[in-house]
Amino acid sequence: MPEIAVTAAEATDAERNAVADSIMLQDPGQISFDAAGPALTFDGDRIARSGQERIFNRRHLLLPVLHDVRDAIGWLSEGGMNEIATALQVPPAEVYGVASFYELFTFEAPSTPDALHVCDDTACRIQGANELKAELSADGYDVHGSPCLGLCEQAPAVFVQRTGEAHVSVRSATKETVVAAIGGAMTNPVAPVPQPAEELTLLRRVHDAAAVDYDGYVVTGGYEALAKAVAMSPAEVVTHVGDAGLTGRGGAAFPTGFKWSAVAGEPGPRHLVVNADESEPGTFKDRVMMEHDPYSLIEAMTIGGYAMGAEQGWIYIRGEYPEATRQLKSVIAEARSKGMLGDNVGGHGFRFDIELRLGAGAYICGEETALLNSIEGYRGEPRNKPPFPTTHGLFGQPTAINNVETMVNVNQIMLLGGEGYATVGTEKSTGTKLFCLSGHVANPGVYEVTYGATLREVIELAGGATGNLKSILMGGAAGSFIGTDMMDVPLTIEDSRENGFALGSGVVMLLNDTVDYDDFVARIAQFFRDESCGQCVPCRVGTVRQGESLLRIREKGSPIDTERKMLDDFAMVMKDSSICGLGHTASGAILSAIDLGLIGGQQ
Amino acid sequence: MTFVDIPVEIRSKVTISVDGEAVDVLEGDTILDACTKAGKTTPTVCYGPTVTPVNACRVCVVELEGSRTLVPSCSRPAEEGMVVKTDTDRVTDNRKMVLEFLATSSDVSQSDEIQGWLGDYKADLDRYDAATTERMTDEVKIEDDLYIRAYDRCVLCYKCVEACGEDAQWTFAIAMSGRGFNNRISTEFDVTLPDSACVYCGNCVAVCPTNALQFKTEFDLRKMGDWRPEDQSVTRTVCSYCGVGCNLDLHVQDNQIVKVDSPMDHSITSGNLCVKGRFGYQYVQNRPDK
Repeated sequence: MPEIAVTAAEATDAERNAVADSIMLQDPGQISFDAAGPALTFDGDRIARSGQERIFNRRHLLLPVLHDVRDAIGWLSEGGMNEIATALQVPPAEVYGVASFYELFTFEAPSTPDALHVCDDTACRIQGANELKAELSADGYDVHGSPCLGLCEQAPAVFVQRTGEAHVSVRSATKETVVAAIGGAMTNPVAPVPQPAEELTLLRRVHDAAAVDYDGYVVTGGYEALAKAVAMSPAEVVTHVGDAGLTGRGGAAFPTGFKWSAVAGEPGPRHLVVNADESEPGTFKDRVMMEHDPYSLIEAMTIGGYAMGAEQGWIYIRGEYPEATRQLKSVIAEARSKGMLGDNVGGHGFRFDIELRLGAGAYICGEETALLNSIEGYRGEPRNKPPFPTTHGLFGQPTAINNVETMVNVNQIMLLGGEGYATVGTEKSTGTKLFCLSGHVANPGVYEVTYGATLREVIELAGGATGNLKSILMGGAAGSFIGTDMMDVPLTIEDSRENGFALGSGVVMLLNDTVDYDDFVARIAQFFRDESCGQCVPCRVGTVRQGESLLRIREKGSPIDTERKMLDDFAMVMKDSSICGLGHTASGAILSAIDLGLIGGQQ
Repeated sequence: MTFVDIPVEIRSKVTISVDGEAVDVLEGDTILDACTKAGKTTPTVCYGPTVTPVNACRVCVVELEGSRTLVPSCSRPAEEGMVVKTDTDRVTDNRKMVLEFLATSSDVSQSDEIQGWLGDYKADLDRYDAATTERMTDEVKIEDDLYIRAYDRCVLCYKCVEACGEDAQWTFAIAMSGRGFNNRISTEFDVTLPDSACVYCGNCVAVCPTNALQFKTEFDLRKMGDWRPEDQSVTRTVCSYCGVGCNLDLHVQDNQIVKVDSPMDHSITSGNLCVKGRFGYQYVQNRPDK
């Protein structure tokens, strides 16, 4: 074993125990993932990663161990990180480099054991988040402003990151409920889905509290999709997914069948990764599905594993989703005990298991290659593509990465058949789509509609806007503002594109004329500045420069024309020369706000 | 008879079009290699002949037919039939913006190359209002007598990280830390170099494109206004410490060694040295007549 040089700082006994406990818990075999079976058996110690060879040992445990030490101790000390470096044989400079990438880790002893991450992002911002933040700060709590916590329908939201105790998300938070959560009060999530069950397809189980355990799930038709899948050959399953015309629901709308057949055609081992790092401001649909119908995701992933011959599944869920994390942990354990995950899934003669991994506060880890690096124990910096994950994905092996909602649609495809599924919706946008309605709307929540419903129809489902509707933020921070003249545009991939906006992850945030747009748009710019990984120059500097430009417009009365020229230049280089989608989309909302006259003094 | 199996690497020819001209390169070569072969001058910052490009700087971008965005030429392998354009407004505008971003966020005054490109691409730095334009303002780190770290000049190209890690030294004493504009090259927990895992090979100093890392001797002379490259001689010699026989280039000003490096194109060392070769030159100057 190579010698790892660490600094003189030593771990406390508590830190040492936390590291040892974490590794025992994560890695009973003490060596990589041998216990997880052949999917993660490597040729020697080395694996190919993006064309480079890297030593692979237990590095992929870095993020889980950092989490466990932080959760036990409350922060990460130099001694604690030295202990992690030695235990995992990762150089301490890299341990620090990785840990300091994530928002949920801190490096100084906190004043109180529980950190309060108060969402002050888009939806919460217009519903009293800043006031709540000030109130909690004044009372001496360890308060951190947070980007969107994915609880926009129950704004304002607070993530209580406790020490030695379970984390809690507080919804419709007040000072009193936050204090209660610090004291141990747990949140019992209620599905924010106002539609009745008979109008729902993907979401049909969310009102059924019994469906979150195995028996209840099976009673409601659970695992029927898997039965249909295993009656076919894996290649036929992939064909059905292709025929269905399913496209990615995470934002990019990439054809899922294309991805799956590419992975299935590569030599194994292969991986199936579910991207549950739902962090696009205004998005909360995946959270709702994972909290209220977690088995659907497990079943769909099992079908995917069967179809692509991937024996190892991974769910990468954002660290700020404690309730969804608990649900998934519980159903994964139960599915294993029922034989629905493991060496012989349901007696069907194939192997599939799922490893759950937690993010630690980094929007960029929702970018698929950043997500892979994060799982592998590296900084969540996106990789250059090509090569694509379908050939060089997790640990350099062929990998399909799908969003939660995309994945759950696979069950429906099995039930209806690919062609049957394709009859739902429009020709180019098939199936149903989840929209996240928040902001100034009567009944915020997740709404499921057949592709083709207009923006007006979706808003009416939610009881209409409150106040005098002025604009709608579509697709989140990475999307754009549109005006009320778009109300009759069908919310399909093709119609939205034709009208100059994108559905993205399904955010429909209504904003009435009480919104301080200067402040709101500045927060979006701040979001990208905070969340850029900083790897490439166009995005690292461009996200800062566009924020400064907005500040000059707002506070220095700088002429909009001058600043617009600069903003256009920043947008061009971020769109054309950034490595990943974050840079490509970081300017869209801001420029659309100027075009609509929401900022820049043309109101 | 015993046959010794000597692996022979056979690379096939790849032909791509660069600004309309057909260029032959070998499989595995990059678009940048093809551009260079076609006589194009391509600005590069994070690319270096001895380190794996992280392609973070994006100043070498070119247009590639069929690609929605521009692609980094330094790391994109050439593929048969690619059609590349380097002389379009789109390429020029993007490079200009990247250069403006570099020059408005870090002090690139000690990089003659970047200074040249800023002029070539007509970067307009005056349009950035100084009062509202955030820069890297780190204080220089002087922690020993061998080299200094001036991160206000750092452009976060990752070259030093690569040289310290997988591309040369395998010491991993430095890594990228933080996120976004707060990214910094850092030792573990940001401790000083003497407290870190650093072995003072100085291979990071050798690859730094902006002089953010530099010999303490150079730093001191610059501070005194007495750094005179035009008056320096460079003498190539062989390191006298061990049997490897690394080449040294001794930079001498006023009969004093002020900097040591090693030729990047050397087949054995690729510009890398150890602490003795790079910093252990003082004995040469302990002359009895002094």
